[in-house]
Amino acid sequence: MNDPLPPSAASAAPSSPWPGSHGLVLPPLEVGQVIDGFRLVERLHQGGMAYLWRVTHSEYPNLPLLMKVPRIKGGEDPATIVGFEVEMMLLPMVKGQHVPRFIAKGDFTTRPYIVMEHIPGESLRPRLDAAPLPFDEVARIGWRVATALHDLHRQHVIHLDIKPSNILFRPANDGSALGPAVLVDFGLSRHDHLPDLLDEEFNLPMGTGPYMSPEQVQFVRNEPRSDLFALGVMLYHLTTGERPFGAPTSVRGLRERLYKEPIPPRVHRPDCPPWLQEIILRCLEVDATKRHPSAAHLAQDLLNPHTIKLTARAEKSAQAGALQTFKRWFKAMGTEPAERSSAGEQLKRAPIILAAVDVQGATPALLDLVRETVQRILSTEPGARLACVSVMKTARIGMDELTDKQGNSLHVKQLVGLKHWARPISQALELEDNRLTFHVLEAPDTAGAIVEFAQKTQVDHIIMGARGNSALRRYLGSVSSQVVAQADCTVTVVRVPSEQAGAVE
Amino acid sequence: MKLALITDIHANREAFEACLEQAHLHGAERIALLGDFVGYGADPGWVVEQVRDLVSQGAIAVKGNHDEAVVNGPSPQLVEEARRVIAWTREQLSEAQLDFLGALPYTREEGTCLFVHANAFAPDEWEYVTGRTEAVRSMHATHCRHTFVGHVHQPTLYHMSSTGKIADFTPVPGVAVPVPAHRQWLAIPGSCGQPRDGNPAACWAMFDTLHHTLAFHRVPYDHEATAAKIIAAGLPRGLGERLFAGT
Repeated sequence: MNDPLPPSAASAAPSSPWPGSHGLVLPPLEVGQVIDGFRLVERLHQGGMAYLWRVTHSEYPNLPLLMKVPRIKGGEDPATIVGFEVEMMLLPMVKGQHVPRFIAKGDFTTRPYIVMEHIPGESLRPRLDAAPLPFDEVARIGWRVATALHDLHRQHVIHLDIKPSNILFRPANDGSALGPAVLVDFGLSRHDHLPDLLDEEFNLPMGTGPYMSPEQVQFVRNEPRSDLFALGVMLYHLTTGERPFGAPTSVRGLRERLYKEPIPPRVHRPDCPPWLQEIILRCLEVDATKRHPSAAHLAQDLLNPHTIKLTARAEKSAQAGALQTFKRWFKAMGTEPAERSSAGEQLKRAPIILAAVDVQGATPALLDLVRETVQRILSTEPGARLACVSVMKTARIGMDELTDKQGNSLHVKQLVGLKHWARPISQALELEDNRLTFHVLEAPDTAGAIVEFAQKTQVDHIIMGARGNSALRRYLGSVSSQVVAQADCTVTVVRVPSEQAGAVE
Repeated sequence: MKLALITDIHANREAFEACLEQAHLHGAERIALLGDFVGYGADPGWVVEQVRDLVSQGAIAVKGNHDEAVVNGPSPQLVEEARRVIAWTREQLSEAQLDFLGALPYTREEGTCLFVHANAFAPDEWEYVTGRTEAVRSMHATHCRHTFVGHVHQPTLYHMSSTGKIADFTPVPGVAVPVPAHRQWLAIPGSCGQPRDGNPAACWAMFDTLHHTLAFHRVPYDHEATAAKIIAAGLPRGLGERLFAGT
């Protein structure tokens, strides 16, 4: 764990901020000691801020447990203390597989500690030493972290200290090492619905130097896209082996990122694919509104790199020149960070909508009505992203015909049909291209493929048509009802009124 | 123990009933009323009677500036409209009810808590806690870890660390905020009977004295009926009309 403040921050710290300010003196912890029923087994780590102990408790015989105890020696950095208090407040509020499960906490004034689920294995930190990594591994790691971030943001929490040492992985279901990412250390985090104990506490930016977003340098603590910036720094480092902004230790050094562009990854590594450079440089945009609108959008790009619409970022081969940098510096001098809302508000404005379209099988009337419905929903959500999905049904056993009688690829044919279907939407709403993606899935089970895709790409809302013809429905079953039953997001099923459907057919 | 906090009822029977009902549904075991039971609304008699009843069953109640004005007669500095409302309110109350209001304390302390209508530094001078400066002044004036005040009608939570760093927070309804006693907290639940943060729903809050959590709540009520009563009583129309927008 790195020191979360630039070293210069500590000198500006108020003295003895521990509650009561008489100083809390606790005897050192020892193996075998029992605190509130938790037996200390082994000390795992002694960081600058906290001791980590492996502990056991009779009520949790099968769950590996970790106790985090702040280091208190007197005269410490207030970030340690308030940070520990913040973590004690936030960890019980967050749930799910992307955070360690909260078990217990001690009284803050007499015996502060947090007990949580112990996530075994190493953090992402050692992988930095192995960088540059293969591009597909960078994307795999990035997708997992972005997915975890979106889950956290959905729970109204912004992490604000994303870095490799704060990222762990659960074992995957298939036994491979890289399962879902787990985010740890919420000492600098911010919860939309709770008071920010770190607000007003310090007069220096809070975060870890290399990873801190430009807005954090400007004291903004309610921008969820700060976490995307930090993830961008990590992806840059894993791709190139270099830090995009070095490791500054002064506020002046931190402020450089407000105007100095990072060297494009391709300069360090000429074979860096354009899609990866596009993603990384978008994460590293100074203006948060130019980054991906949400971590889910970023995750989707990392999962489907070939659907990304490339911009000038992808091809960049040099940093901005001196004049450009001067202009950016001048602009940065005068900027006040924009008024921002919160993680919750930001996510509401940037949902991912999935349109499941049966371009080959649906009637023209249904295709029109699905399109109209999608357009109506999109027009109320200016930050929304539309993923158009079509499923090519494959046989469960045996080989499939992948070409038609003329030898054309069926996959491509379906993709062409899907794009043609969506054209009126993108024209009417002037969807910038990075807000519209197309996916042809090949699967034996249409509904299952849609549900799985929606889950993987953290879709908020599925819109799909219902088969109008009851005879067909009887023989083939209803795809939409299966999706409604299985999806864990909102599903809108579009149905053409029966007389109308009849008229068309 | 779950303690419901209700303040600035301002003779609004419908809002008070709605808050009491919701507090009961949320398992409130005790009630603290932070003053300004009367003024503005058309049901001062009913509200004061209800408060007397609750106090006789163990509720905490402190005096607000409107309560004092009704007992003592309006101060000459008050605007004409306010003087008129106070005079009307006084006519609606019995001697016993006026005596009850007059006998209310300015402050009440219990456990880690201080209950006061305006502030802790000069409870009978009615200065508002409208920002961090007054909040710090108030928190410095008491050793209590949790101060609950009314007077200001917008829900707000101030918190101060042991090193005197203060911050404020606009609460999100329904979220239980941890308010540990190693910090000092000053909570304004917001007005029950005259909400003024642009939301017409009545405000109240619930403090868990054991776990030290505080949840702010909003409850909609039939404000149209309340406004109609205010207008029918011949009170200034604006006092009823503002209930629609909560301003």
